[in-house]
Amino acid sequence: MDSIVYIVFRRMRQPLLTLLLAYSVSILGLVLIPGQDDAGQPWHMGFFHAFYFVSFMSTTIGFGEIPYPFTDAQRMWVIFTIYATVISWIYAIGTLLALIQGDAFQNALTVGRFARRIRRLTDTFILIVGYGSIGRELVMALTDRQQHVVVLDSDQQRINLMSLQNLRESVPGFCGNAKNPDNLTRAGLTHPQCSAVVALTDSNAVNLKVAITSKLLRPDLTLVSRADSAEVEKNMESFGTDYIVDPFETFAMHLSIALQSPGLHLLGEWLGGNSHDPLAEPIYPPQQGQWVLCGYGRFGKAVYERLTREGLDVVVIEATPEKTGSPPAGCVVGKGTEAATLMEANIDTAVGIVAGTDRDVDNLSIIMTARELNPDLFVILRQNQRTNNTIVKAVHANMVMHPSQIIANKIRLLLATPMLQEFMLLAKGEEDDWACELVSRLIAISSEEVPDVWEVTIDETDAEAVHSALTTKGKVVAIGDLERNPRERKRHLPVIPLLMIHRGARILLPRKDQKVSAGDTILWCSRYSVQSKMAWTLQHPVALEYVLQGKTEPRSWIFRRLMRQ
Amino acid sequence: MNSEKVIFNFFIVLALTLNFGFVFGAIEDPSHHPVYELFAVIVVNLIATILKFGDRTQVGAILLSTSLVALLQLFVAAIIWFAASYVTGTGLSPAVMASIVSLSAGAVLANVVSVILLLIETVMLRR
Repeated sequence: MDSIVYIVFRRMRQPLLTLLLAYSVSILGLVLIPGQDDAGQPWHMGFFHAFYFVSFMSTTIGFGEIPYPFTDAQRMWVIFTIYATVISWIYAIGTLLALIQGDAFQNALTVGRFARRIRRLTDTFILIVGYGSIGRELVMALTDRQQHVVVLDSDQQRINLMSLQNLRESVPGFCGNAKNPDNLTRAGLTHPQCSAVVALTDSNAVNLKVAITSKLLRPDLTLVSRADSAEVEKNMESFGTDYIVDPFETFAMHLSIALQSPGLHLLGEWLGGNSHDPLAEPIYPPQQGQWVLCGYGRFGKAVYERLTREGLDVVVIEATPEKTGSPPAGCVVGKGTEAATLMEANIDTAVGIVAGTDRDVDNLSIIMTARELNPDLFVILRQNQRTNNTIVKAVHANMVMHPSQIIANKIRLLLATPMLQEFMLLAKGEEDDWACELVSRLIAISSEEVPDVWEVTIDETDAEAVHSALTTKGKVVAIGDLERNPRERKRHLPVIPLLMIHRGARILLPRKDQKVSAGDTILWCSRYSVQSKMAWTLQHPVALEYVLQGKTEPRSWIFRRLMRQ
Repeated sequence: MNSEKVIFNFFIVLALTLNFGFVFGAIEDPSHHPVYELFAVIVVNLIATILKFGDRTQVGAILLSTSLVALLQLFVAAIIWFAASYVTGTGLSPAVMASIVSLSAGAVLANVVSVILLLIETVMLRR
């Protein structure tokens, strides 16, 4: 706002001076030139009347010659003043209009409007720096869950693109270089409601700068940053970045889990899915045999490393090995879209193919050609552009991996339910049968759609009744009690406790008789709307009493007295 | 020599001198306080105010505020003059004249502060 006033004053100085000069000369002339009143007596116009006359004349309103008709000498002067003042007005208004349309003014206006919008935010929000493909997926996923988001990107076109997208929440977007800490502050880094910062630009240097800036200015914030190299990752770790996401590594890890333990992969898909999505079908990739990997870029390398670590035999097809390098075993040179290259990579005896180039058209073409040569292939397709959804679906690949979506989803889970990440890490240590058993329990509680996953901390805000029962009344509450339906305690809510942090210790799938203590955090997985049912038990002392003991205590003091006697 | 500085200082000092000239004389006597001089004082003060627009420094802000104070005082004086001569019809009685002149005297004070600030800045920045 300050800079707008400054710009207006600066630029309007000349026109205002001109206007003032024209006015004062006109007024002075009218006062000095003698006139006549209606009786023909000589009469001098006062400053008051002169100012009145010039005011309506110069704005071309023109009430006429008042208070008395003018003499010819006065009219001669008025002719001059009409042109002088009207032209001055046109000059002043013209300058003002040009100023308003000018880039500098518009820019100052946008900055001011954005700053005001951020200042007025009353709900917690997440600041996302970088609105590339991952940023776009993340904003979509977060806004779908009613999470407020502020976006900062250095490209105005990307910011403009945001308004064209159909987002559930209105997202304030600002175009500015994230390397400048002022821009981060402007976008709400120091705002008390800012809960997390996510640095997702495709430049390591910018992400690093954003990470350092936010750690210095707001050490309490959750900081998620993308890092494309191990070196930057180490650097970020050194000053306490909470979560570091490597898109290529994340993608490869996803793939390797899918190959290694299909049950765990399915579990991850279900628990981490977008709300109200249908449950994904289980897939069973072949565990033995030879695979063909097309594309040996950064993604291809990460995938290759994972697959060979699993002991699989991988043949790589790469069009430009001189640029990307080639694996130790060498590679087949070619795009993979022609039958000859695929035959050279022994496609006819292979069990699976990964179409992992960064062009969707090539990937689709690879799959169609490969299927003609070997219809029984297990097909993994990398999708790069969200807009290609329809054609990607038509190809019916066994697995479609959309890297931006996978990473955006991972970050969303990190921000919304950080415990789920821990759960998945612990689950990795279990056998695949364990995961399959949990999957069948999930099927029992969920109704054909992705289950709801949420965290509850036993404290004064999340579980007021339970917290006070544990701390002040000395009652004992177990997981099984919380699972009871607060309307009919003999029935159980369709809910599974996934993970519990009990006095600092992690308990995977806590049993029903597991005691709860104040300060514990529990990760639940349930059907939708169960969370609000359980909130009765957690927050309402009477409901909790009923769930624990099966009877309702009288609520008023008088009745309690009467009942006691 | 900087012509912008010359014009700027000229108008600020002129605003003070004209204002002083208008106030000078017996406070109740209309013949000592010509209306033309009040007009000139208001116009010159307006010019001085506009010239001060858009200066972002601390001194610039104080200069602008003193000018705004002077203008406020002078506007009130002018309105009293108009009201006395055209609206209420009491004419320039000694009481009315005294209030007009005392208001303008207040504007003189604001203009004096303005000139002092200008002098201080000039002396401090002398190279």
